[in-house]
Amino acid sequence: MSEVVVKMEGISKSFAGIKALDHVQIELCKGEVHALMGENGAGKSTLMKIMTGVYTKDEGFMYLRDEINGEMRQIEIKSPLMAQKLGLSMVFQELNLLENMNIGENIFIGREPVGTATMIDKKVLNEKAKKELEKVKLDINPSTSVSSLSCGQKQCVEIAKALSFDARVVVFDEPTASLSETESRTLFEIIRELRNKGVCIVYISHRMEEVFELSDRITVFRNGTYIDTVETSKVSEADLIKMMIGRDLEEGKKKGSAYINKQKTVLSVRNVTIFPNSSPISFELHEKEILGFFGLVGAGRTELSRAIFGIDPIGEGEIYIQGSKVHINCPRDAMDVGIGLVPEDRKGLGLILGMSIKDNMLLSKLGQLKSRILNKKVLKEITGTYIDDLGIVLRDENQEVKELSGGNQQKVVIAKWLAMTPDILILDEPTRGIDVGAKSEIYTLMRKLTEAGKSIIMISSEMAEIQKVSDRVIVMHEGNITGELSIEEATKNSIMQAAFGGIKA
Amino acid sequence: MREKKKMDLGSLRELLLIGVVIILCIIWTIMNPQFISMNNVTNILRQGSYTAIAAVGMTMVIIIGEIDLSAGSLICASGLVGAMVCKSTNNVVLAVSAALLVGVVVGGSNGVLCAVGKLPGFIATLASMTVLRGLAYIITGGNSVVWTNEAFTKIGTGYVGIVPIPVIIMLVVIIFGVFLTSKLRFGRYIYAVGGNMEASRWSGIAVVKVKIIVYMIMGVLTSIAGLIVVTRLGSGQPSAGQNFEMDCITAAVVGGTSMSGGRGKIIGTVVGVLLLTVLTNGMTLVGINTYWQQVFKGIIIVVSVLADTHTKKN
Repeated sequence: MSEVVVKMEGISKSFAGIKALDHVQIELCKGEVHALMGENGAGKSTLMKIMTGVYTKDEGFMYLRDEINGEMRQIEIKSPLMAQKLGLSMVFQELNLLENMNIGENIFIGREPVGTATMIDKKVLNEKAKKELEKVKLDINPSTSVSSLSCGQKQCVEIAKALSFDARVVVFDEPTASLSETESRTLFEIIRELRNKGVCIVYISHRMEEVFELSDRITVFRNGTYIDTVETSKVSEADLIKMMIGRDLEEGKKKGSAYINKQKTVLSVRNVTIFPNSSPISFELHEKEILGFFGLVGAGRTELSRAIFGIDPIGEGEIYIQGSKVHINCPRDAMDVGIGLVPEDRKGLGLILGMSIKDNMLLSKLGQLKSRILNKKVLKEITGTYIDDLGIVLRDENQEVKELSGGNQQKVVIAKWLAMTPDILILDEPTRGIDVGAKSEIYTLMRKLTEAGKSIIMISSEMAEIQKVSDRVIVMHEGNITGELSIEEATKNSIMQAAFGGIKA
Repeated sequence: MREKKKMDLGSLRELLLIGVVIILCIIWTIMNPQFISMNNVTNILRQGSYTAIAAVGMTMVIIIGEIDLSAGSLICASGLVGAMVCKSTNNVVLAVSAALLVGVVVGGSNGVLCAVGKLPGFIATLASMTVLRGLAYIITGGNSVVWTNEAFTKIGTGYVGIVPIPVIIMLVVIIFGVFLTSKLRFGRYIYAVGGNMEASRWSGIAVVKVKIIVYMIMGVLTSIAGLIVVTRLGSGQPSAGQNFEMDCITAAVVGGTSMSGGRGKIIGTVVGVLLLTVLTNGMTLVGINTYWQQVFKGIIIVVSVLADTHTKKN
């Protein structure tokens, strides 16, 4: 093993009396990609935020190798700026760029090169920024406004900013969560190059494939405690999951095409056009079925769900529910015919973060209640049922939703829709950003729902999820349906081929 | 147990404010015993009544994440219309209905501009504030409007037993506001729209309708306040109600309503109005001049919001 750059041991941290980290440790080496795994709330981000000065630790020691004499010495990180100056940077989950400023200004914010009369020297700034951008393969003029960049490009700017401090350790927190496939590929290339230059990369991710592809070593946390550090090549996916959740996963069994009630069509979409230049599409959803929708980013799946749910009402084309034609012009119309939609953007569209769990769960149900006056007892019964049924972990139901973990938040969104007893549930990326344990619980729940007679459309960009959960798969490409596969036909190859537009339907 | 604890925390703020009001009352009484006289207490309630009535509406508007700057101009316009109709028809019912209709129309158009026209509430109501004030001067030619009907005058000056009529109206409006925000489905929608407008839409809530209705409620409540103001003054003045909207906003903010929407309580606002009225009344009684009164009001705003943000953190 190469030399250790950072060593942390016995680190503890509490928030409002709740222990987020309990005497954990980590060793980061020069030129390695070190994956940090664990369920949401395991303490991965917290530890990294302590290392980069965002939080201060309650207990424990941190050592950093001195660049000059090469010795490990104890250090107290007091601020993010201090950490950055020592070469410890973090690329945040939620991007921290100032949208109203340009790329160069963002990279050098707080340390702008100054010319005469303390005016910012824009020329020097842009030159320096250009050099930093080259390191992350971003060929864009540094005076471009950040707001005009794509998600992936913004991430590159963030990385450039981190690197501009001569970073020795760069932490990536769920970097691919909002990136397209190609953007992710570019990111991996950058990460590999950094590693080869001797930078230590800490990679926090829930995505198994990425961790196995990229990392050299993996450290696992569970509930704020350190579990183990292992070499990636010597561990299996199943072992890793067991380390993270402390038990084996159980997942709902798939029905396979033979079991689906093909006679009964609950939803039929006919001749709906997604994009102005795409051709009209049609498909059917059967009773008790989980219909997976796969496609690359921009395939039009989310747009399709918005059209069905009345967010962007369909222009031409028709929607039939149980054989009769319906007109859906707003979400309320969709709800009235029994459709619920769990959106992809959980925090922005699914939840009202500052509201209580209880109130969030009741939002869509309230419109169905006969009385305009709220009856506490009735409401309590509704929320109580779903909190128990879905196993939502909470302190009390008046707690604000923003305090919950991603998995529990998602369950609240699902509960919100189940409360209005829909026949058809559309789930858009139901497990994005959710840890493995909660993920499998959501799969099991979906299975249970279909057994209880509901039909589900699941939009997902995760190949493994599509293959594992769906009874049937529809693949989209640029607004067209390019494949409709039974689960037996839905191999990785056939799905990907269709996703790239291979077969025209 | 836990639920109880949380409830306490929620109403802690109002209790704290009531504590401040009591302390203020004690100080004023010591400095001038006249303060606690029946006469002055009635006076305080009457002074606070019209602010409280409009502030109930303002709280709802702020909870949905918007603002209404036109309240002061509407106080004036609705009062004027009431006064003019009363002058020409001598019919109180007609006069009151006309004033309320002005409130519905102005509130409704504010709501439509904001919800359908997608204008920020600040801009939409800034415009109606200016337009209404201009119209008030055009219609009256800058002169005051007087009437002779005594029943109309009673709205602002009359009593039921020993309770002034404006105070009774205020109590009804407060009960309406509390009931609407905490017991009605519509109340939940108000908080939801203010908390996250898009998520509310995606939950099947008719966001546009909610916004328009809230602005209309605000318009009606403001014109009720306008009727009280005009009948108390005894004449319709085109300059009435200047800066009145700021008093409403101040009361709401002091009472714990968040300017970013989604949070706030009617009761908090009512206590806010009480605090501000007691403060102003007492300062006048003990002889502090109006300029210093403004300085203290400003300090109260900062202190109360600071205290709020810090209790939230803990």
